[in-house]
Amino acid sequence: MASEHTAKAFDSDLQELTRLVAEMGGLVERMITESVDALIRRDVALGKRVVAADIEIDNLQRVIEERAVLTIARRQPMAIDLREIVSAMRVATDLERIGDLAKNMGKRVAALESDFQPLKLIRGLEHMTDLVLSQVKSVLDAYAAHDLPAAMNVWKGDEEVDAICTSLFRELLTYMMEDPRNISFCIHLMFCAKNIERIGDHATNIAETVFYMIEGQQITDKRPKGDMTNFATTVPGT
Amino acid sequence: MTELSVSTTAAGHVPQVPLPEAQPKVTVRNLNFYYGEHHALKNINLTLGTNRVTAFIGPSGCGKSTLLRIFNRMYDLYPGQRAVGQLMLDQTNILDPKLDLNLLRARVGMVFQKPTPFPMTIYENIAFGIRLYEKISKSEMDDRVEKALRGGALWNEVKDKLNASGLSLSGGQQQRLCIARTVAVRPEVILFDEPCSALDPISTAKVEELIQELSEDYTIAIVTHNMQQAARVSDKTAFMYLGELIEFDDTNKIFTSPSDRRTQDYITGRFG
Repeated sequence: MASEHTAKAFDSDLQELTRLVAEMGGLVERMITESVDALIRRDVALGKRVVAADIEIDNLQRVIEERAVLTIARRQPMAIDLREIVSAMRVATDLERIGDLAKNMGKRVAALESDFQPLKLIRGLEHMTDLVLSQVKSVLDAYAAHDLPAAMNVWKGDEEVDAICTSLFRELLTYMMEDPRNISFCIHLMFCAKNIERIGDHATNIAETVFYMIEGQQITDKRPKGDMTNFATTVPGT
Repeated sequence: MTELSVSTTAAGHVPQVPLPEAQPKVTVRNLNFYYGEHHALKNINLTLGTNRVTAFIGPSGCGKSTLLRIFNRMYDLYPGQRAVGQLMLDQTNILDPKLDLNLLRARVGMVFQKPTPFPMTIYENIAFGIRLYEKISKSEMDDRVEKALRGGALWNEVKDKLNASGLSLSGGQQQRLCIARTVAVRPEVILFDEPCSALDPISTAKVEELIQELSEDYTIAIVTHNMQQAARVSDKTAFMYLGELIEFDDTNKIFTSPSDRRTQDYITGRFG
């Protein structure tokens, strides 16, 4: 972080923005954990709480955007200050999307009626969630600490999540072919897996924002991708 | 899976599109300036591109006005001040002691901080300068005055009162009159030394708009304390500090991601 501004109030404006993003980040992390917990334990009440919590995330995003616009209007920020404010808005947008994805998982809890609960699938989902959650945590820490190498690790580390998502997808396909009664459950679970994978993508977006904030340039290298679900097929008998 | 290496430094960034190189109009090489013993400018190197607006920013006493005043040898008016180095206006050596300063100042016009209209009519404020350099008929002069006042974005406001005193105009109008007076002698370069610091926001906006228009025909250098103004009007920005040129780059680059820490501290208001 650069040294203090001559106008001290400007520093507190920027600090307040960073604090709001951190608060939003904390709430979003909790939403991810709780939505997956609700899913695994079939806890409908917890699922509903996750859905309700999304309102708070949306409100925080609005507050951050308003503060950012006000600060731009009043202080005419330049260089690193301008990039920090723009970045706060971008991170808030990604966090808001993550909140929506978690909320969507919370909604699906009520729809999972079947008793069918293959342990392997659940473990896969849990593992994927752990990975994504640690990505989200690391990238928010990197954002708060202006830590470029840490952000780049998140940016590069999304591959494993993609790979798990692809293998879950294949497995779900086989369950669905085995017994059509599994289809509804498997489809819901597939959407959840995809949501978690998308949350991971938002974490890498935030990593790109951290890169922009620190370096003053946009990143252009292609990110390593492991999500092959758009190619995955299961041929009966193979 | 493709093999990817992600560097966190040079490769893989979207570079801001740099301005295309302009034909150099004024070239400064190893320029040093002294107020008596005081070394006010230290080894300045830069180029003013043709039809570009170049802004000079920096804290008070950094040497930006001093540099501007060398471009038309204004410092010659004061004893004990001297410039050493190379300063070229196209092929003309501006520092040549044998140079005709009147001709130089016709080629390099200047607009000052405070509007300085002559105590004469609006018409005469413009015609006065033209007569110094050219002998032309009354009708030709009328044309030139109108053209200059249009160039100064003032014609519509004063066309019905050309015989009124220049001093009867508002501050903003007076400043535009001074710009028109500068444009009237058809210079190649126009220097603006804090042209808006005595003006209200509307007049400032008009002068800034004018500067943009003028850059189609002239090469412009502007010294300003107002960073937002530099960001608004200029193509290139030079940041000076303690007599040195710290950073000189595209304005887009300077105000979004400057290379030098001192530039960043200054433009973000963290100085001192």
